[in-house]
Amino acid sequence: MNDLTLFPILHDHDHAHDQHEERQEEKARQPVDIGALRAKLAAGRGPAFWRTLDEAAETPELTEYVEQEFPGLSGQIPEGVDRRSLLKVMAASLAMAGAAACTKQPKELIVPYVRQPENVIPGLPLFYATAMTTNGYARGLLVESHLNRPTKVEGNPDHPASLGSTTIFEQASTLSLYDPDRSQTVMKEGRISNISEFTGALSSEAQSIAGRKGEGLAILTGATTSPTLIAQMNAITTQWPAAKWYVHEPGVNPAVKSAAKKIAGKNAFIAYDFSKADVVVSLESDFLNSGPAALVYARQFAAKRGIDKGQEPVRLYAIESSPSVSGSLADHHIAVKSSAIPAIAYQLAAKCGVSAPAAGAAIPWVAAIADDLQKHKGSSLVIPGEFQPESVHLVAYAINAALGNVGTTVKILEGVEPEGTHSLEDLANDLNGGHVETLLILAGNPVYAAPASLNFEAAIRKARMVVRLGQYFDETSRWSHWHVPEAHYLETWSDARAFDGTTTIMQPLIEPLYAGKSAHEILTILLAKPDNTSHDIVKANWQAGYKGGDFDALWKTSLHNGTVDGTAVPVITAGTVVPLPALGTSEANFEIVFRPDPTVADGTWANSGWLQELPKPQTKVTWENMVYVSTRDAEAQKLSEGDLVKVTVNGKSVTGPVFVLPGHAVGSATIFLGYGRTNSGHVGTGIGYNAYSIQDGATPYVAVGAMLKTGENVKLANTQEMQTMADREPVRAAEWTEYKEHPNFPTAEEPPVPHDDTLYPNQWTYQGYKWGMSIDLNVCTGCSVCAIACQAENNIAVVGKDQVTRGRHMHWIRIDRYYSGDLDTPQIYNQPVPCMQCENAPCEVVCPVAATVHSQEGINQMVYNRCVGTRYCSNNCPYKVRRFNFYLYSDWQTESMYGMRNPDVSVRSRGVMEKCSYCIQRIQEAKINTEKQGRRIRDGEILTACQQACPTQAITFGDLNDPHARVTKMQALKRNYGLLDDLNTRPRTTYLGYVRNSNEALRGQRG
Amino acid sequence: MAQLFRPSANSLAKIAIAGALILVCSTIGIAYVIDRGPWITDVGVAPVQPIYFSHKHHVKDDGIDCRYCHSSVENSASAGIPPTETCMSCHSQIWNNATVTEPIRQSWATGKSIEWTKVHDLPDYVYFNHSIHIAKGVGCSTCHGQINEMPWVYKVNTLYMNWCINCHRNPGAYLRPKSEVFNMDYQMPANQASLGAQLVKENHVQSLTDCATCHR
Repeated sequence: MNDLTLFPILHDHDHAHDQHEERQEEKARQPVDIGALRAKLAAGRGPAFWRTLDEAAETPELTEYVEQEFPGLSGQIPEGVDRRSLLKVMAASLAMAGAAACTKQPKELIVPYVRQPENVIPGLPLFYATAMTTNGYARGLLVESHLNRPTKVEGNPDHPASLGSTTIFEQASTLSLYDPDRSQTVMKEGRISNISEFTGALSSEAQSIAGRKGEGLAILTGATTSPTLIAQMNAITTQWPAAKWYVHEPGVNPAVKSAAKKIAGKNAFIAYDFSKADVVVSLESDFLNSGPAALVYARQFAAKRGIDKGQEPVRLYAIESSPSVSGSLADHHIAVKSSAIPAIAYQLAAKCGVSAPAAGAAIPWVAAIADDLQKHKGSSLVIPGEFQPESVHLVAYAINAALGNVGTTVKILEGVEPEGTHSLEDLANDLNGGHVETLLILAGNPVYAAPASLNFEAAIRKARMVVRLGQYFDETSRWSHWHVPEAHYLETWSDARAFDGTTTIMQPLIEPLYAGKSAHEILTILLAKPDNTSHDIVKANWQAGYKGGDFDALWKTSLHNGTVDGTAVPVITAGTVVPLPALGTSEANFEIVFRPDPTVADGTWANSGWLQELPKPQTKVTWENMVYVSTRDAEAQKLSEGDLVKVTVNGKSVTGPVFVLPGHAVGSATIFLGYGRTNSGHVGTGIGYNAYSIQDGATPYVAVGAMLKTGENVKLANTQEMQTMADREPVRAAEWTEYKEHPNFPTAEEPPVPHDDTLYPNQWTYQGYKWGMSIDLNVCTGCSVCAIACQAENNIAVVGKDQVTRGRHMHWIRIDRYYSGDLDTPQIYNQPVPCMQCENAPCEVVCPVAATVHSQEGINQMVYNRCVGTRYCSNNCPYKVRRFNFYLYSDWQTESMYGMRNPDVSVRSRGVMEKCSYCIQRIQEAKINTEKQGRRIRDGEILTACQQACPTQAITFGDLNDPHARVTKMQALKRNYGLLDDLNTRPRTTYLGYVRNSNEALRGQRG
Repeated sequence: MAQLFRPSANSLAKIAIAGALILVCSTIGIAYVIDRGPWITDVGVAPVQPIYFSHKHHVKDDGIDCRYCHSSVENSASAGIPPTETCMSCHSQIWNNATVTEPIRQSWATGKSIEWTKVHDLPDYVYFNHSIHIAKGVGCSTCHGQINEMPWVYKVNTLYMNWCINCHRNPGAYLRPKSEVFNMDYQMPANQASLGAQLVKENHVQSLTDCATCHR
């Protein structure tokens, strides 16, 4: 039972609560009859757009559940309380509330600097260019700093892998910096030690290693592109040739690199250019959301999907086992088993004129796709999936070469990752063979994140001295002799390269909070220079490699810009088509697909409350990893959402809750890595199942397995079950051909109410600024970075799984995911829903204390210090975008969290309503700055946090009174429509209808 | 049957009713007086500061401009409190042995900040910006009073919201020419009404009373 109850005085009624809740949940959890639903949808009797199977089934009790604004609230109101007790509690609350207001303002101190640093002005943030690495590759960032506290991460528009956007992980990295669970001291064999003792121990170990010429020294790192780290490692392997370097990155498939090497003949990276692609075939690739160049691809792809200049949009065929973020934008989503992709790729290759080995019976739709590709020679693209075997990468290149795409949409770049490193499997073998005496683990968490088949926990114990550098005292630290706290990337110096080679010198924004060390500072001990700091090491490395004149100028310019000029790698023109290997074993009866979790990745981010609570793209479930299954398999095994299933691979099994995912391949279940942590911290420990524990190193991404129903059921914290739009056509979509004839398709049937159609004379005319937002459904991938950018910018609290289950998640922007069509291959739509800032706002008229009122610029303001928490506004909001602080969700106690907060936004307390403000703090800041300069705000000068982070630029914000503003032009497009426009709320945020460019030859068929 | 109440009960009842009325009114009245009085508002109350620093001496006698110490007042939300270094720029040369400047030297030597007590302290949910007020012609002394006459700084205005709103509703009544913003002895001229209207127009001063102007 949750220890927070609405009426703490009435604790003895807790038992009654439980019973009531159970009753309620029983009622809500009637499993959906998938067969009946399928028949209903086939007959066209279902809703046009639906978000969950429950919603599509439209059963009366589910409708009732969904219609509650906050399901589960009634479960918290105690039953059987008599009137007298209730009045007593109410009177006491009222008196207490009144008394609580009678406080004298406490005395506050001003603590000025002794010597104020140059450029630091209290009240004005500074931005520093740096970069964060994901799987070794850099994404350039601009980090906002208030009085030397990093508070918000933004993309660096000048960085080639960011272009100003970020992914969810960069946004969440400020929380990981201030995470109170970070390891804070050096530990020796489980006892607190100190850094000088460690340095001494490693230095003397270095002497013995030197005596062995490096024999028995193993250094394990994550994937890296850091020139300084590579130089340090080279120095070590040069001085001690027998030392070995191992690289482990659980979220990276080594086949990508090995295939590129075969194609290019040397270390290479295969990059794509979507700005020239008209037809794209994805062979289970999530190219818009994962990989070092994802943000660039997303930007290019979105531009090609633009239809408003009249050009035909790019057509995407997504062939994948489970709908990915990229797949949700597909014009044709084709669900096949992951293991069937190589055969499909070979068939496609044969049809495109590549000599490919035989690949089974011909699949009809492959021919149609091949035809389409043939029609777009030189402007098409076949992308292999990140977790597909090498053969798929080779065949994809062969198809691209045959279609003349190499040089236009496909570019081979020189690789920037080091060569000649060994794998984790090699390390396990060397450990078990007794060849490793000293093991340095400088990144990753191999005891947790290694395939079970390696049994790394046993292997690591074979080493005599294990040194672990890590941000958390985690599973691996427990088996290490030494644990050294690692500096966060915002605390230390380093460098890293983007996929195209562009190098960023990463500068810190803050001194290490817990005296953490970087990998450079550990390696330098082995190089007998233990006192060198990261700054010394990185700078010396650049200085050594610099041939030009003024190094200081280069250093300063590079730090300022966030990129070092002239570091991009050249394009390799001579790629070869490698003969394709024969296909492996035939398809399994039932297969298990392993993937990094969409929000906590390989487990690195398990302790991030923001990422745990971020609804996962597609399922919109939080705080859990699930087993995704198709509706067919669910029907066969009589499974419904939340049913626990036992997933078995090679005799090992895990138990997790099922999510019935429309569009998932039949005969396959997708499970996710990154959960089931045992030593992650307060947030990430003990939730979900550990998929690594059944992973086999030989078949790490797809394996033969089985799935069995256990008969138990758990409630998933699914945010898509509440806040429904009640089937009022929230999404409007058309085919490209229809769109050409009826560009106004979203409003053709029901034109919006004209603004002068009112009884009230003298309407407010909005002189000055008139803020508005436009969201283009046609390019929204549902990646959810907007939600987390908003969370970081606006100090939005994390509420926990129990509260999410009750519909109390606090995100100011939710990303609804709708389906239409049938259950097997539905069309998918993503719709971000922030506050619509209605001109006729239903919330404003019902507030008894005028805590939500309209501004002169048309913003629906929420005044926290006036709000008394009646929740009438939320009740009356048709969009369900208001969020209420039922408890003290914001962490007011943990001191380390204070530094993270945006000082320009109030931290909300209990009993207060909150919602999207259009980033009012950014608007006010821009207004003050421009008023001082005596001019109007220019278009694009204010970016809302969601808009700024969006990789596809689906969100546009600006002044509707400016006829040249981008938002004005977007809202003037014919495919513009307002959500629930028929209610005459006059939303300021409007949507652009979705246009699908499907292939006529495939219409009506699968996909 | 005997009377329940004696005749004197009538008077008692009258007194009780009048008393109750007086009690309610006086409670509200006292609460109001306390709320607007210096105990709550701190108006006229000069807190004890770690250094006997006299604005009167530095501003009036020495003629130092406000911005010498409060250097970010034209650029930032915060006017800025001078670092010890600013004090030392003079007091390493003059009065460099005086007892009164000892805390400055202490701070300079130890690197420990001087901790001042905030005199003008707005609640945390109020986002006040100095620079825009300066830019629009709101004088320092309009809000802070004649600091140049204060040996110890105290508040002259409550900084209550109704006080802010007074000006935000009708800024013309309080504006001065930009050249006079830092003039501590500035007195509003007789023609403030017409001057104010002119300044409002010239400097594009808006009457901003939206909640989000100050609350975010």
